[in-house]
Amino acid sequence: MKKRVIDLITMPVIVGAAGVVGKTEGEGPLSQHFDYIFTNDGMGESTWESAEKALCKKAMDIAIVKSGLTPSDIEIAFGGDLVNQCTPSAFGMKDFNIPFAGLFGACSTFALGLALAALTVDRNIYDYAAAEASSHFCSAEKQFRMPLEYGSQRPPTAQRTVSGAGTCILGNAFEGVCVKKVMIGKICDRGVTDATNFGAVMAPAAVDTAAAFLQETNTSPSDYGMILTGDLGKVGSELMTQLLKEEYSIDISGVQADCGNLIFDAAAQDVHCGGSGCGCSASVVASYIRKQILNGETDNVLFIGTGALMSPLSALQGDTVPGIAHAVLLSKKG
Amino acid sequence: MGKNKKIKTEAEIKYDKKVKEVSPGSPIVKDCAKAFFFGGLICLIGEMLFNLYKSLGVSEKNCAAGVSVTLIVITAALTGIGVFDKIAKHAGAGTVVPITGFANSVAAPAIEFATEGHITGTAVKMFSIAGPVIVYGSAAASLYGLIYYCFCRG
Repeated sequence: MKKRVIDLITMPVIVGAAGVVGKTEGEGPLSQHFDYIFTNDGMGESTWESAEKALCKKAMDIAIVKSGLTPSDIEIAFGGDLVNQCTPSAFGMKDFNIPFAGLFGACSTFALGLALAALTVDRNIYDYAAAEASSHFCSAEKQFRMPLEYGSQRPPTAQRTVSGAGTCILGNAFEGVCVKKVMIGKICDRGVTDATNFGAVMAPAAVDTAAAFLQETNTSPSDYGMILTGDLGKVGSELMTQLLKEEYSIDISGVQADCGNLIFDAAAQDVHCGGSGCGCSASVVASYIRKQILNGETDNVLFIGTGALMSPLSALQGDTVPGIAHAVLLSKKG
Repeated sequence: MGKNKKIKTEAEIKYDKKVKEVSPGSPIVKDCAKAFFFGGLICLIGEMLFNLYKSLGVSEKNCAAGVSVTLIVITAALTGIGVFDKIAKHAGAGTVVPITGFANSVAAPAIEFATEGHITGTAVKMFSIAGPVIVYGSAAASLYGLIYYCFCRG
């Protein structure tokens, strides 16, 4: 069988990164770690899509400043979001004048972008490549669910789309947080049709990616400081642990973490099963996780970005919701 | 449901079962009690309005219409200032079933899609939720009328 895990030779380093979020996320447990917190959901814009554009722009702005580079040094940006035709990313990236490759991987977009950016730098295609992703609670509600002011009850399995964006700029450097290995995930479909239970949709994909990664690299969960999923939330995390144990005899319970569970205090913030959306893993990985690795709090973080590959169209046509998960191994260099 | 719906395989049914085990269920008793309370409260307000209009000398037929219109206006206003969805979060079926649910389902998309223009946004999307109720409601009414006309008149 062909190898799925790609070892990076130069191990590109995150030379600049930023995680920015909206008000609710800013009131959550990771508040102090974000680079910028918007104080209202509109971000001073007149539409929700533009508000998300502002998130995307802010994250890129801060990441560029922190990297000490100028936009013209960055040779490519991989990015995306959840809105029709990647609207916020396209409009957010427009003014930077950086070559842009729009991606759609649903909530796994950031991991996918990070993997592609790392690959292009590692294989000497570019000196500096950026990965970005964003989501906004209000634009996602409008896109996938009901209008904001519509009065309805959310099921207990629902997750709240994070208003947030994250950017990582990768380049070759001797020290910092680096990308060691990447693996692009396969589409996994276990026939789930409930679009209000994304944890159940994405868990099988996370299981497939995690198991393949561990088997191929001949490692066990204890070799990692954290096996960090993107946004499985409470239900998805539980499913992932159970499935890995039952189907692969792998026990990840000691090292498992999930960006969707980290970003909110689920009980206090009334977010049911935690956070979701492209901006969830993007903002958490680009700020909190990166700092944790840098400060030596943890190392060897296997970041598995998870996504539910559905569209309003596929849901209406009665299709199932397939999931996907991409893996990026982050660790400290130097 | 859409045309792509398929029958589930055994493995898929097994996974569904597992998902159900892990997923927390809705607190049905609490939800029902809240729906009963809020739904009843709305009906009580309706009844009070009815008596108020009647005491002002309005005919009974016009009173009924007046109550509906008043509840619609109140709902639309509460939707506009962003309060209705916060009540409905707790009330559930209690606000969906009375005419308040219908009014909210028209007002909410009208506001949401205003950014896409008053014609192409508000007007087009206004009935994106309530549309089916109108379409199938009218169809059912026509059918019922036809049956009534054929068999029950006289």
